[in-house]
Amino acid sequence: MNYDHILIRYGEMSLKRNNRKIFVNQLHENVRLKLHDFSGIKVKANRDRMYILLNGQDPEPILDKCKDVFGIQSFSLAIKTDNEVEAIKEAALYALENAHAKTFKVTTKRIDKQFPIGSQDMNQVLGGHLLSNTEGYTVNVHQPDVEIVVEIRPEATYITSTKIKGAGGLPVGSSGKSLLLLSGGIDSPVAGYLTMKRGVKLEVIHFHSPPFTNERAKQKVLDLVARLTEFGHTIQVHMVPFTNLQQKIHQHIPHGYSMTVMRRMMLRISEAVAKQRQILSLTTGESLGQVASQTMESMHAINAVSSYPVLRPLIAMDKGEIIPISKEIKTYDISVRPYEDCCTIFIPNAPKTKPRLEKVEFFENQLDLEEDFQEALQQIETMEVTANRSAEFQDLL
Amino acid sequence: MIYLDNSATTKPYKEVLDSFHQVSTTYFGNPSSIHQLGTEAEQLLSAAKRQAAQLLQVKEEEIVFTSGGTEGNNTAIKGIAYEHVNRGKHIITSRIEHPSVLETCKALEGQGYDVTYLPVDEVGRVSVSDLEKAIRSDTILVTIMHVNNEIGTIQPIEEIAEVCSRYPKLYFHVDHVQGLGKVPLSLEKIDLCTMSGHKIHGLKGTGVLYIRKNISLFPLLHGGEQEFGYRSGTENLPGAVSFVKALRMTLEKQSQDKGKLADIRQALSEKLRDMEGVILHDSEHHAPHILNFSLPGFKPEVVIHAIEKEGFIISTKSACSSKNKDESAVLAACGLPKDRTTSALRVSLSYSNTMEEIHSFSLAFQSVKQQLSKVMG
Repeated sequence: MNYDHILIRYGEMSLKRNNRKIFVNQLHENVRLKLHDFSGIKVKANRDRMYILLNGQDPEPILDKCKDVFGIQSFSLAIKTDNEVEAIKEAALYALENAHAKTFKVTTKRIDKQFPIGSQDMNQVLGGHLLSNTEGYTVNVHQPDVEIVVEIRPEATYITSTKIKGAGGLPVGSSGKSLLLLSGGIDSPVAGYLTMKRGVKLEVIHFHSPPFTNERAKQKVLDLVARLTEFGHTIQVHMVPFTNLQQKIHQHIPHGYSMTVMRRMMLRISEAVAKQRQILSLTTGESLGQVASQTMESMHAINAVSSYPVLRPLIAMDKGEIIPISKEIKTYDISVRPYEDCCTIFIPNAPKTKPRLEKVEFFENQLDLEEDFQEALQQIETMEVTANRSAEFQDLL
Repeated sequence: MIYLDNSATTKPYKEVLDSFHQVSTTYFGNPSSIHQLGTEAEQLLSAAKRQAAQLLQVKEEEIVFTSGGTEGNNTAIKGIAYEHVNRGKHIITSRIEHPSVLETCKALEGQGYDVTYLPVDEVGRVSVSDLEKAIRSDTILVTIMHVNNEIGTIQPIEEIAEVCSRYPKLYFHVDHVQGLGKVPLSLEKIDLCTMSGHKIHGLKGTGVLYIRKNISLFPLLHGGEQEFGYRSGTENLPGAVSFVKALRMTLEKQSQDKGKLADIRQALSEKLRDMEGVILHDSEHHAPHILNFSLPGFKPEVVIHAIEKEGFIISTKSACSSKNKDESAVLAACGLPKDRTTSALRVSLSYSNTMEEIHSFSLAFQSVKQQLSKVMG
């Protein structure tokens, strides 16, 4: 006897009606990709539950991986048995003896109405069996150390004793795609993570200004994306060379307005990339009032160049709420690496916190940036970051 | 030539040398430089660190690459002693530690530290209750080796760790140089642990010191704050990478060849046990790769040279610290009589040794013993 399955319970997607199949299929695919490295296991999905057949694999690392998959409400190690009372008794006994517990309770869920014994009666039968075959355990129906859950389904019965909280949200890929503007700071990876939580698949755009920004800044971005792939497997990254545009803006736009114009240019380029890639929205790590470019007036002036929806999952969050998430998802330590990025060079001393749209447009009209804009678009370097990058340096190590 | 002195050093794996060579030529940038070459070097260094952490089941920030066992032991012991001198100046170790531990402790005694050297029983084990009795309110460090390099005794590290964990002001350091890859050790309750590359078919001048997260140490080397400030100096990237490769290969061998070393050792000990005049230093607490035995009446140096002529490399272990240059301080600490402490020999195995080699060794040893007994016996 052994725990031979992991039973996965769906989150919000279980509320969907007609589209549920799409969500379930996406989750199935995501779980399969996430567990790709474990040989011999099988992932099976049906309307209400997903099952991972362990086939002898150590469950611990697999459970660990499941924690990062969006769309999972909770999951449990499970023993699968036939719908026979004796087999269920035996499995329940195993589950109890392998839990660190003194008190327990049995909860039977009879989904298969053909099963001859009712749920309440089954609780009695199993509770009695456990008490008479063990020593030192007592039943506590209100606050048990362990709850042995017996799910009798038409195809089989599953016995579980622990429930691990899942990541929640919707399976990545079930809500379309967004282009995340990733700077290298603390906020944008968190924004990406929260967007993915709602089922959105990401592509990433990053602006860099060689030779003013160096290889490490670029690597930092790739490392951040690598962390995000833990929640979404594969992410395309578009590296935009931004030096010429930045220099021109710096030289020709009054300093108070250069930041606003720069941001507008970034947004224009992002929208153009999104259009090319058939992505329907942009995502940023903006949080209201955090810096000059994130005031109401700034956002208004910057956003005026794009008609695309801009998702801002952090808009109402304090820094003190964002940092714990970045630590939790392990992007914090990467984000605080001290390399220059294109937002920190050429930064004006006193950017306007209340830029006026007419003024911004007036200054911009004095300059012809179209050629540089097209050039930047053409020179975009696109790369793909995939989870399990461990192949790197493998021959050396 | 059949090499049976693997506790002194091991032959580097070819793959390890290849790796060293390739890293030296391709990734020669300084990991602290910010240009492309430096970036690649840094990435490789962190990949090496990540892999080492994974293999040892610890965190990346707990791995510090060193130049080997002596540096690891010095960094751990002096690092704790100097950093935490305000808590106390008492250190506990055993009488049979490696010189890099014993000499470091002696040096600290010269600076006003107080060191308790625990005795060992006749097979070389320290007693956990002795250790607990020795702990005082000003004890800051317990440093005990995992496997003894001369006689192969395995110390009760887990029980010692258990005791130490009850004293929050006290750090526990383990010299794991001889045990690595041969005798499993969980780092879970250990604060600091020394490992060396050349004992696991890596290169000399490479090693790792495991330092549990959030332990502050006074560094031996101040400078550019490399290795989290525990060990400044430009990282030896080829060394670090080759160490991790040797570690991976050795741990793989350890899990594949379960019991092979112990079987070979067992076969050898049975052969030697049957030989007249041979006294084994053996017990249930001995590592599977070291067999120490005495041949009273025979000068070990002479035996070694004679057996070398037959094509076998083994060693004596005459501790330099002993007044009598032929006497083993470790065996003396076990309370063994002089005729045994001055005639000890050591055979130490690696995963590349075979049963056949051990059979031919015992035959050769038998005949060398007979020849020599005409002269010396």
